[in-house]
Amino acid sequence: MFRAVFRLSAAGARSLARSRPCSSAPLASRCYSHGKVETEEEFDARWVTYFSKPDIDAWELRKGMNTLMCYDLVPEPKILDSALRACRRLNDLASAVRILEAVKDKAGPHKDIYPYLIQELKPTLTELGISTPEDLGIDKL
Amino acid sequence: MFHLAAGRVGSLAAKRATAALSTSSARMMASHGHGTDDTHPPFHQQQLLVSALDKLRQDDRKRFRQVSTAVDMSKPLYTDSVDVPLPDRPYKEVLTDADKSLKQKEKGPWNQLSKEEKLALYRLKFLKTYPEMRHSTPEWKTVLGVAFFFLGLTGFVVWWQKVYVFPKRPRTFEGDWPEKQLKRMLDMRINPVQGISSKWDYEKGQWK
Repeated sequence: MFRAVFRLSAAGARSLARSRPCSSAPLASRCYSHGKVETEEEFDARWVTYFSKPDIDAWELRKGMNTLMCYDLVPEPKILDSALRACRRLNDLASAVRILEAVKDKAGPHKDIYPYLIQELKPTLTELGISTPEDLGIDKL
Repeated sequence: MFHLAAGRVGSLAAKRATAALSTSSARMMASHGHGTDDTHPPFHQQQLLVSALDKLRQDDRKRFRQVSTAVDMSKPLYTDSVDVPLPDRPYKEVLTDADKSLKQKEKGPWNQLSKEEKLALYRLKFLKTYPEMRHSTPEWKTVLGVAFFFLGLTGFVVWWQKVYVFPKRPRTFEGDWPEKQLKRMLDMRINPVQGISSKWDYEKGQWK
């Protein structure tokens, strides 16, 4: 649902005003000749599972994060929550802050996505003790 | 440019070295006598020649060495990219004792870290923040300026060519020659369908 609203491609931005939050129509209109189309829920679940691996290693975290940032979407809060917990397991605070910076940058001109994400992630951030880039003052030059 | 200069001086030095060596080798041969073959120096003297040349070239290299660290491309590199949030390796791999103790503290609850410590941990792992990566430089002004400078220089070169290189204008451009030429073309009905004569009104004697 989240991605249906905040699809970042130009087409998505144009349809932002017209699209409704509940529609998953953009996905259904993909031109696959064969093969199953993965739903957004399946996509999210897959990534949450990826980062939830208990013995995830640093390479897998980096690979997962870099791959996720290549997609034309801003990840759901639950995916980011899973990734931040993976950082905690790896004792890597810097990467956790970097992930927050990255999703803010990924949202691009859609300035309302990042505050929403932070709002959703607030419990996790306070629980794990992760400061946002704004708290550390690195959101400004 | 520096490398080129170093190369040229290096080759000069090498030539000096070979000149010096050829005289010294002659002296060596004279003092030690000839080897088994009359035309070539004995093997151990050849070795001396080679090692002496190498030593001279090494001295040159030491003198003209640039202080630069060669990047080991066989190992993971650090890059700052907005597309790749987590690079292949941390920025600082050689940690001081203070850094190491901070890393140990990182293994505990992060709530116990101060803001400065969190910032220090970030800067250990990353060189630039996202805003710093995105920050534009004024390099474009330099680029544009240099481009315009060379355009201006070219204009100067063209003007100089006009004054000193180009021959005199043909006489077909002077005086009433162009006018007479045009009248002749119209009289001959040059390009009467769609060209110049079609634009001339022959009855009225003027352009259409």
